[in-house]
Amino acid sequence: MPWSRTQIAERLAREFQDGWIVNLGVGMPTLITDVPLGDREVFFHAENGVIGFGPVAPEGQEDIHLVDASRRYVTLNPGAAIVDHADSFALIRGGRIDVTVLGSYEAAANGDFANWKVKGSKGGVIGGAMDLAASAKNVYLMMEHRTRDGSPRLLATCSLPITARGVVKLVATDLGLFAPTGTAFAVRDLAPGVTLDEVRAATAAPVTE
Amino acid sequence: MARRSKVVADFDAAVAGIQDGSTIAFGGFALPGSPFNLTAALLRQGAKRLVCVGNTTGGPRKPRNPDIGMLVENGQVAKVICSFTAAPRASDVLPFTPYYERGEVDAETVPQGTLAERLRAAGAGIPAFYTPTAVGTELAEGRETRMINGREYLLEYALPCDVALLRCYQADEAGNLRFRRAQRNFGPIMAMASKLVIVEVEEPILPAGAIDPDDVHTPGILVHRLVHIPPAPAAIWPSLKETR
Repeated sequence: MPWSRTQIAERLAREFQDGWIVNLGVGMPTLITDVPLGDREVFFHAENGVIGFGPVAPEGQEDIHLVDASRRYVTLNPGAAIVDHADSFALIRGGRIDVTVLGSYEAAANGDFANWKVKGSKGGVIGGAMDLAASAKNVYLMMEHRTRDGSPRLLATCSLPITARGVVKLVATDLGLFAPTGTAFAVRDLAPGVTLDEVRAATAAPVTE
Repeated sequence: MARRSKVVADFDAAVAGIQDGSTIAFGGFALPGSPFNLTAALLRQGAKRLVCVGNTTGGPRKPRNPDIGMLVENGQVAKVICSFTAAPRASDVLPFTPYYERGEVDAETVPQGTLAERLRAAGAGIPAFYTPTAVGTELAEGRETRMINGREYLLEYALPCDVALLRCYQADEAGNLRFRRAQRNFGPIMAMASKLVIVEVEEPILPAGAIDPDDVHTPGILVHRLVHIPPAPAAIWPSLKETR
């Protein structure tokens, strides 16, 4: 059984270490704010300058002035702080973000990834992804293993314009958790019942145990 | 000597005199800090050939609030400089997109942190800087990079603006601004980067000194025009549902 999106979030969150500063991209990665972390404490940083936010606000308790980078009305944990955009990205480029978890169209065995421009698009959807990709200590991707029509998203090299070169440490998909090695994806974990052969069939790059 | 008041009567007075060809910075990230009322006034004012700087041109969501995309539709924009120049979901189309694809509007797609730093640099008298962001990507093709301490960096230039349109929570008559929560975002750096800073203010404008100097996010010396936002329906007060 492949992992659900929630299970992908839970698996990836197991990699977080106590005290980490965590930045979550738009889409699937936002599920991570709901994952229980046990006795580990992490601090969620959002590009729009919100440091130390918590879960999404309950209905009726939203604050019109308080969104995360995915436009969700979030809450603030005790000890939260607000900075402006220059300082928020200074924290990113300054190397203070322990991990960014981003969605992606493609991930490559050489550590590149592509998440800002689709084929045929004149414009782009960069947001903070290039800054985060270039300067976070760890870049994790969270994505479906294949496109809707079944084509692999995990490739030897990206076919779309890349977001950053050689930075991806981990890729979590519905099939498992993988680490780009430069020439292959090394399996770190498989969803229950998923075989190595299934992963190989769904991946356009070598997959190693 | 009497203090010259920065408070103007309404949004139309606030945007009066903005010239054709101006570079205009639009504050805001999602709803918080977005100057919807001043943007609506700029649509009425009609300045043309504008260069519009902001995080996004405005999304495909409905109901729409006044944004850069509406200025594009109104024929007022020559170029946008944004970190989003396409819709986050491939199935969506930004109102701006058809104009861009037909070549009627130019666009520069800039990483968000680079956009912020270009504004900060403009306000800080720094003409250019090197950043690790976008190195090795399509955005860096044909541009100057430099190895510093063993790492490659991309040269980026400051982005000075003629006008900033901002929305904040509180202001005093001296122009000191206090933002609330995620509303701060680009506000302070756009104010720093711009020659004319115009702000729509949510709370009634306070007497000078009512905001403790330690709590000021943008000093009044940078701010030129303030307008208090009247209650709806005379002005735009977006509701929570609009980004749901």
